[in-house]
Order: sequence, then C-alpha cells, then structure tokens
Amino acid sequence: MDSARVAITGFGAITPLGLTAADTWSSLCAGRVGINTITAFEPVGFSCKLAGQVPDYQIRDYVPKAYRKATKLMSRDIELAVIASNEALIHAGLVTKGIDPENINIDPERVAINLGAGLISCDLVELAPAVAASTTDGKFDIHKWGRDGLNLVTPLWLLKYLPNMLACHIGIIHDIQGPSNTITCAEAAGHLAIAEAAQVIARGDSDIALAGGAEAKVNPIVMIRQCLLKRSTIENNDDPAAACRPFDADAKGSVFGEAAGIVILEELQHAGRRNAKIYAEVVGFGQSNSINPVYEHIEPDGKGIQIAIERALAEAAIQPDDLDLIIPHGTGIPADDLAEANAIQAALGDAAAKIPVWPTKSMLSNAGAASGAVDVIAALCAMRDGIIPAAKNCDKKAAGCNLNIINKPHQKNIRFALCCSYTYGGQTAAVVLKKSV
Amino acid sequence: MTERVVITGMGIVCPLGHDVETLWQAILAGKSGAAKTTIFDASTFPTTFDAEVKGYNHSRYVKNPQLHKYSNRGSGFVIGAAVEACRQAAIDVETNEPTDGIDRKRLGIYLGAGEGSIDNDVFFAAILEGWDAQKSQMDWGRWAKVSFGRMDPMRELEQEPNMPAAHLAMLTGARGPTRSCLTACAASTQAVGEATVMIRKGDADVIIAGGAHSMIHPLGVTGFNRLTAISTRNDSPETASRPFTASRDGFVLGEGAAILILESLSSAKKRGVEILAEIIGYGSSSDAFRVTDMHEEGRGAIQAINAALADAGITYKDVDYINTHGTSTAENDSIETKAIKAVFKEKAKNIPASSVKSMLGHLIGAAGAAELITCVLAIRDNIVPPTINLNDPDPALDLDYVPNKPRKMPVNVVVNESFGFGGQNNVVIIKRYQD
Repeated sequence: MDSARVAITGFGAITPLGLTAADTWSSLCAGRVGINTITAFEPVGFSCKLAGQVPDYQIRDYVPKAYRKATKLMSRDIELAVIASNEALIHAGLVTKGIDPENINIDPERVAINLGAGLISCDLVELAPAVAASTTDGKFDIHKWGRDGLNLVTPLWLLKYLPNMLACHIGIIHDIQGPSNTITCAEAAGHLAIAEAAQVIARGDSDIALAGGAEAKVNPIVMIRQCLLKRSTIENNDDPAAACRPFDADAKGSVFGEAAGIVILEELQHAGRRNAKIYAEVVGFGQSNSINPVYEHIEPDGKGIQIAIERALAEAAIQPDDLDLIIPHGTGIPADDLAEANAIQAALGDAAAKIPVWPTKSMLSNAGAASGAVDVIAALCAMRDGIIPAAKNCDKKAAGCNLNIINKPHQKNIRFALCCSYTYGGQTAAVVLKKSV
Repeated sequence: MTERVVITGMGIVCPLGHDVETLWQAILAGKSGAAKTTIFDASTFPTTFDAEVKGYNHSRYVKNPQLHKYSNRGSGFVIGAAVEACRQAAIDVETNEPTDGIDRKRLGIYLGAGEGSIDNDVFFAAILEGWDAQKSQMDWGRWAKVSFGRMDPMRELEQEPNMPAAHLAMLTGARGPTRSCLTACAASTQAVGEATVMIRKGDADVIIAGGAHSMIHPLGVTGFNRLTAISTRNDSPETASRPFTASRDGFVLGEGAAILILESLSSAKKRGVEILAEIIGYGSSSDAFRVTDMHEEGRGAIQAINAALADAGITYKDVDYINTHGTSTAENDSIETKAIKAVFKEKAKNIPASSVKSMLGHLIGAAGAAELITCVLAIRDNIVPPTINLNDPDPALDLDYVPNKPRKMPVNVVVNESFGFGGQNNVVIIKRYQD
C-alpha cells in the first residue's frame, strides 16, 4: 500500500473496572472482575440480574464550564464517550479548545472522529409521566398521547438518542471539524470504527482521528432483550465474579455492561514531528459477514470471523506465528464462543494452539460497541508492559475450544496483537496492532 | 493505482414507488408522496401526515421470505431495493452457487441504516404497568413481567440498526467488508462515500451501498414534533414539503430504502455490465457547532463540498447540477443556500439546485442514497428534477431551485449534498461515465 502509516498515540477508557484506562488496566492485571448485581435499576423479575457498571462519576467534571448546560442533552452512552475522549486527548498530548483554548495544538479541520455506537434506549422513567398522562380506562390511548402526553416530552428529547450524538458532542467540545462517522454494527462497531478512522488517515483526509466506541447497556430494555434472546447467563446470579465464562465448559451466557474506549490515531510522521509517544501501529484489518439463518448467533464454523482474521493478517503482511496475543470477542455464549474458536483455529492453523488468548469480557462484561475499543486499549497496555493478565473463569476449556487460554499472568514481548469481534446480524472485524520499536 | 468506481445497479422502495422507473416518472410528473398518516393513528399529533411506503411486501421479491420474516419496515424495504439493484447489476441473489463473476469475499455491504420501531403496544403497556405515579418511580418487576410476557425476542433484535445489512448478507452471500453507519440525515451519503473509498483502495470489487430507514412511528414523530422539525401543514400534506419557499415550516417525514451497486471499473468491464455513472468525489466534515443547529455560515457544509470537489479533481465551475439536502426547514434551506453561494461563487445562481425532498419527503438515513439515484437518472436522461411547491419563493433565497417543472438540459456532473442533525455533512459527486 502506498498509503500513510497509522500510529496510536493515546487512549482513554471508562469501564466497570475504572474511570480511566490506567485504573482499568491495573484492575485487569490484579484479576478483578467488574461484574456485579445491577444497581442502576432493581432487576426484579430479570432472568439475569448482573451487569458490568462503571463506578460513579459526575459528567460536569469532564466538560468545560461553558458546556455544562449541554450535559442535559447527554444520554449515558454520550457521557461515557465524552469522558473517555477527554482522557485520550490528554494522554496523547493534544490540546483542543475543550482542554485549553489558550494553547491549542491541533488543526481542527485535520482531526476526524469515528465512533462505534449502539442502539441507545430511552430512559423509561423520564418518559413514564407522559405515558401515564395518556390513558383511557387504564390503557394507553394514542389520541391522548398526541394531544397531551407528547407535550410532556422534553423538546430536545430525540437528540439524546441519535447514535451520532456521541461524536457530535465530542466534536463540539473539542472543535473537531474533520470527517465524522458513527458505525452502528453493534458488538463489532468499535473495531470497525477504528478501522475506518485509520483509513481516513491513510488516505490523507486527516492527520489525527479519535476512534473507538461507547455503549451503556445497563438499561432495562437492553437487558431484557438480552435475556429474551437467551444471550444473558441465567446462572451465577449469586456469584457475579464467576458469571461470565468465555470458552469455559460451564459457560451459560454473557453478562452485559457499559464502557467507552477511545484511541487517538495519528499519521505516523505527524506523530513523529511532535515527538508523541507511539504505543503501536495499526497495521491490518479485516471484516466480513457471518451468514446464518439463525442470525442472532454467529454461524457455527465461524467462517465470517475466519475471513476477517485472514484479511487482517494479510494486510499486516504477517504469519500466524508472528502473533503474541489474541483478544477474542469471547462473550461466554457457548455456541458463539465455539464458532469463534473454530474461526481462530481455521485462520491460524497450528499456531492457534500456541498463541496466548486472553478474553476480557469475564472481567469487563460485554459492553457492545465499546468492547472492541476497550480490547484494543487492553492490548496496547499489554504491549507496553509486556504482560498478559490472567484469564478469568476459564477453568476447564469447552469441548472444541483448543485455544491457549492462560490462567496466570504471563510476561511476554508482544510484537503483534490481534483483536477480533463479531455481532448478532453477522458483521465481523479483526484488527492487528504492531508494537512500536 | 486507485480503482475508478462506477454505479452498475440501482433499486428503491420509497413513497413514490417500489422501483426506480416508477420513482423517476413520479418525479418528472412532480408528484408528492405525502398523505395522511396510516401506519399509526396520528390524528391528534401536531403533524398528522407523512410520506409512507404503501402496499409493499418483501415476500414478493424473494424465494425464501421466511428468512426475513421478522424484518421491520426498514429491513424489509431494503430487501426489495437490493433485489432490484442486484438484478440490474447482474448479481445473483439467494444462491450458494453464484455465477455472476463476483468473488463473495470481494462483495461488500455499506449501509446508512436506521433503527427499527419499538414494539409500541408492549412498550407503552409495560410502562403503564410498572409506573407508580404516587412515588414517581418504576416498579421494574411489574414492568419486566409484561415485557417478558409480550416482547418477541426477534422483533426486539430487528430494531438494531445493523439488521438491514444482516438481511443483505443473507440475501447475497456477501463476505467482503461490511459496515453500517448512522449519521442521522447524512448516513447513506456517507455510506456511499466510504464504500467508494474502499473500492478505490482495493478492499472490495463490488459494494452494495445505500440506506434504509423508517422513523414513522409514534415516538419518532413525537421526537420530530417536539423539535419542531417537521411541517404541521395538516390541511395540505402534498404541498407541505416546500423547500426554499417563504412559507416553509419543516420537513415531511418519509421512509424507504435505496441501494446502489458500486463496482470497480475493472470489475464492471470484466463482467460486461452496464455502467450507469461514475462516482468521482466524496467529502465529509463536521460542524462542531451545536447539537441543535447548523453552523450559521454553513462552515461544515462548505468544507464538505470543497473536500468532495478536491477529491474529484474538479472545480465548482465543472458542476452541472446540485441535488440539495433541501429539507424545507427554515434553517437548512437558508444555510445551504449560503454554503452553495460560498462554494460556487459567481456560478452559484446559474447552477440548477433542486430538492427532490419536495416530492419524496425526507427519508432520514435513506435520504442521501435515494436522492443519489435521482442524480444518476438526471445524468442518464439529461433532465434536472424539479423542486415542487415552489410558488412563493423566499426572497432571501435566490438560487435557481428549478421550480415546479423538470428541466431538459445537459447534465454530466452532479453534486449530491446531505447534512444531518448534529452537524454531519457528507457530499458525493457523480459524473457521466466516459471510458
């Protein structure tokens, strides 16, 4: 390729294991699990009562004073994205209008943003009084809604729930005027957004890009959907730390949560000119589709994931043996984990049984569009420190899963790392990172 | 060596018809797709009309409709649009053994697609069951009981915005790069633009690109009514979408799906398919201004148009026709006019700039791709589509909006503009194909 090389020069994360990427990483290294009983609402009657929830925060602490009023227009998904992007920019040494308007060191037109976002579900408690004002004989009456209930809905209500508003708020706060996109491929969205942002830089349309994803799934509607689709575990409600068990023989389903992960992508020479610390280079992507009539699951042989991995390795121009770490999607849903294991084995051949595989969702939960981005950040930290933390809750590997999942921390020089993801509906993604030397 | 990218197929399901030729005849006749809302009872809403797709059933288009039986309006529309587009581009659908000369690993999908409607009856009933008005709080156990009892898991899943792409993968067997984006009203223009870039780079030979969306449901209309973004001209739906007039009062909410088959020139030649037009430029920017308003001077819009012109390697003087975003809102039409004047300078008033939303309504996520189809047809037939209902021009807006009647004239280069809530700006430029 004659296109520009893309480096990662900073990152930020807010996860169930911490309000920053650093806290998240130290918690991962300490083997902590960020999954607990849901407190955001009382999960009475839910088959799964567990989630990964981020620690308490005040959004006003993360936005400029002049922007505090606008936080009323932020759904939780937006808040998480704003917090992680703030950290990422500072981490990369970038000074924007939102960080310090006196010392801006970016060209707003040359900065892009590309985020993965989920289907943001509305706040039922906020909407309920309007619904309750629209009844006849105790039943919802659309005529009354149109006349009365509708007027009780706050005027800018819709703007809280448009997925592109994550990127828009960040863009306004930090004055980011370059290309902006929002990828809505559910659990594959984080990786796909990073891939596209890297392409925006590679083709010369920006020097810098904020990329990643955010999603707040700890909402009754989102949680009940996962229960209804039988994607959530219904066991271990009384043992949260053991609930999410990717690739384990006793896995019974996933646990959903919330997070945001943002990386700063930068054209390599641009980063070099400002002496930025380079954590890794993004050297390969692949994407494809799972094609399965039962499209709430990935196809059993994982072919769509396999194609994505093969393409990513080809673009990176490396062999399977060059990989030192794989962070799989690993949800804890047995059928999907097996499909992913099949895909990794088919794509990497004999190397699959040797390369350390570290699933993170047992600790971080499944935060949809955020997960892929948080996994990339985890891989960057692992590369930086030469450590792969211990995998949790994979005590006995599931039948057919011949992956090298390591249950104790592992020191290793990580030259190349592979992160992969897929989603219901079938989109798949794989990203290869190369350690900067 | 970058690949040239051409369009080799088109398909549409929209308020003006369920295929491209029906749409085009309706546009040339200046018909409006707007009428009283029938999808739900909107009779007491501030807005009681919209532009609906009527009489559509995806099962007429496929041999195996069962595979798509849970689809909602958006993911159902996209099937009909894709089947039509694939037929024109000679792409096999519903087969494991395609003979169309396209390697499935080189066949991608990129949609600007919206979320599906919530399951309204269950949604409202569950809230009422759970809500304790005295305590102003929700009893989640009671809420969950109704929801567990009445929600259909697959219909819930189908609300996810990536589902239209999922249906297209099942339909076509595509194994190449696949993405779905949702940048409000600019989404499907962005999808076409990013798909173009992927083919140029060599990531795919063919990409099924476009959009699908329906926000015609009680909460969608509620949201737009509360934003005062949609017209309330309830006594005259067909004249309500009136871009660039003094009396414009908002857009008309539409729905639909539009698909364009994008293909590398070498693949199109190898397969011997007809080339409908070439995509020569794409530009994307963000306003970084306010979530509620466009930048007053159209800064982001100007930047996106200029970026697309630069990408195409042409200047503003080379453009024959501008297919505007033209929503019929007070804000968009005046700022878009300013932006066009800033970019096209002394030529601004001489380039026809019309809004097909005056007829189609606003297809939100699907709008840009639907409008791009009309741009291709404008080139094919050398006819510029009109802006209908333009009887009382806003004196402050003085471009050539092609009022009320289509215009026969040479059309070779067309700029298609899409601007979304939050300041998302995307522009695609197409050109008559010449070897």
